[in-house]
Amino acid sequence: MSASEVTAAVERATTLSAEPVARAAPPVTTDHPAPVPPTGLASPSSILLGSLGFGILFLLAWQFLPPALGVPSYIIPTVTDLAHEFGRMVQRENLMVHVVSTVTIASAGFVIGSLLGAAMGYVLGMSVFIEKVLSPYILGLQIAPKVAFAPLFIMWLGYNAWPKLVVTVLVVFFPILVNVLQSMKTADRDLINLARAYSMSRMQIFWKIEVPASMPALMAGLRIGATLAVIGVTVGELVGGNTGLGYLITFGEGQANTAMVFNAIVLLTLVGIVLYAVVAVIEARVLHYIPRAMR
Amino acid sequence: MLKTASVLELAGVTKRFKAPDGVSALTAIERVSLEVRAGEFVAVVGPSGCGKSTILNLVAGLDRPSEGRILLNGIPVEGPNPTVGFMLQKDLLLPWRTIVHNVEFGLEARAISRAERRQRALRELQRCRLQDFAQSYPYQLSGGMRQRAALARTLAIEPAIVLLDEPFSALDAQTKLILQKSFARTIASSAITTLLITHDLMEAVIMSDRILVMSERPGQIIEEIPVDLPDRDDPMARISAARAREYVDHLLASLHLQEKAA
Repeated sequence: MSASEVTAAVERATTLSAEPVARAAPPVTTDHPAPVPPTGLASPSSILLGSLGFGILFLLAWQFLPPALGVPSYIIPTVTDLAHEFGRMVQRENLMVHVVSTVTIASAGFVIGSLLGAAMGYVLGMSVFIEKVLSPYILGLQIAPKVAFAPLFIMWLGYNAWPKLVVTVLVVFFPILVNVLQSMKTADRDLINLARAYSMSRMQIFWKIEVPASMPALMAGLRIGATLAVIGVTVGELVGGNTGLGYLITFGEGQANTAMVFNAIVLLTLVGIVLYAVVAVIEARVLHYIPRAMR
Repeated sequence: MLKTASVLELAGVTKRFKAPDGVSALTAIERVSLEVRAGEFVAVVGPSGCGKSTILNLVAGLDRPSEGRILLNGIPVEGPNPTVGFMLQKDLLLPWRTIVHNVEFGLEARAISRAERRQRALRELQRCRLQDFAQSYPYQLSGGMRQRAALARTLAIEPAIVLLDEPFSALDAQTKLILQKSFARTIASSAITTLLITHDLMEAVIMSDRILVMSERPGQIIEEIPVDLPDRDDPMARISAARAREYVDHLLASLHLQEKAA
């Protein structure tokens, strides 16, 4: 998959990320499913040019505006300050070790949280009784600020990688659980009746209808989970330990090194974007059967 | 019409549902008796809410009658039955599967090899003239083609009877005519026993051998009309026959539609 396809996938995904279960129901198809190009808009190349231009303008403003207004660089470091600090961090602060640690924990937490969330969603979706019994507690835990558990996990598990992993798993878990459960509850009754009429067993209906039908909702959940995973790992690193980009933020803060804090934030954002792009690429593969205009 | 064995028989079938208040009962159909013989095409017409679809669910074994018996080839229907194929207004194709894989769907609950399944699915696609679209996904097909794919899936299980529940009602007028002809041709050439549930009176006349008219709820069969017209395999020929119009007028009268409109 080429870079442009990746960005296209990310863009498509971004437009939908605000509606986690909007795609749980299969889209109503028409007789003419050909993708309709957006009308009344500029061409894609001029949009790209505009975006790039805006980015360059923003960086230029960042570089020259604060000094011009007399803002000292320890409050807002310029872009070149950040670049210098980045080089120093690579050489002196073992930056790559911190990046690898953050990426590893974010990815592992994302994968484990997704698997657990999806599994739990399917189990609850299969059993109305368990779902009804547990739903108030699920709602409660969903609302509870999961990152607030981080200090607790550190007290329990110590100053190592485990509390960060557990926080990440916990924040990823719920949106995926909720999305999968919702799609199980809204599965097309007629499709299930069709499978029943063909004498399919409960497990066959699950694997052949409910699981594939839940894919759009699961993918929407994964997209949300990908962004939350970075938040989870960051909070874990901010609160405890001595590795990771979140730790570099507190370390930089302690040294009044604004540039280090900025660089860590930029890198954390990049980690999130990469994770999100990976999900978007997977989604484009899994949901290939949904016409593009409808995504 | 040759007198042949009945494939489907409903004897005094009543179905009551619990009303939304949970106490009183709602009678959907009452003492419905009907018979569909081998190779016959029977249409059921009636006002909306007369329990036409209840009949379908009962015959498909998705629901049980409150009273009466349903026999398929002389055997009582106790639950979902592999000898019944049914089709709804929605094509119910699985969007994540190719057309040929969709046609295989009904065969997957059975102990047949993958290769044989594929072979049978391709044969049905050929019969429904969709062989060129075997590897397409449903969204790539038009509404009419999707309904034909749904028919192929229904026929793939080699059902003793096919139940059609308003399969053309979501289509535009022209696609509908083309599809009616396509279905009629496929059904006639393979002598498939069919029960069509519809609210389209002309459709009932141009496609069937016999029409059963149902009353409003509780649904009862109030009239049986044998359709004595040629060309059952060609609804387009029938639609232009003057006598088709007479049948429709007769149905309009027996459903009292004129009085209701007034």
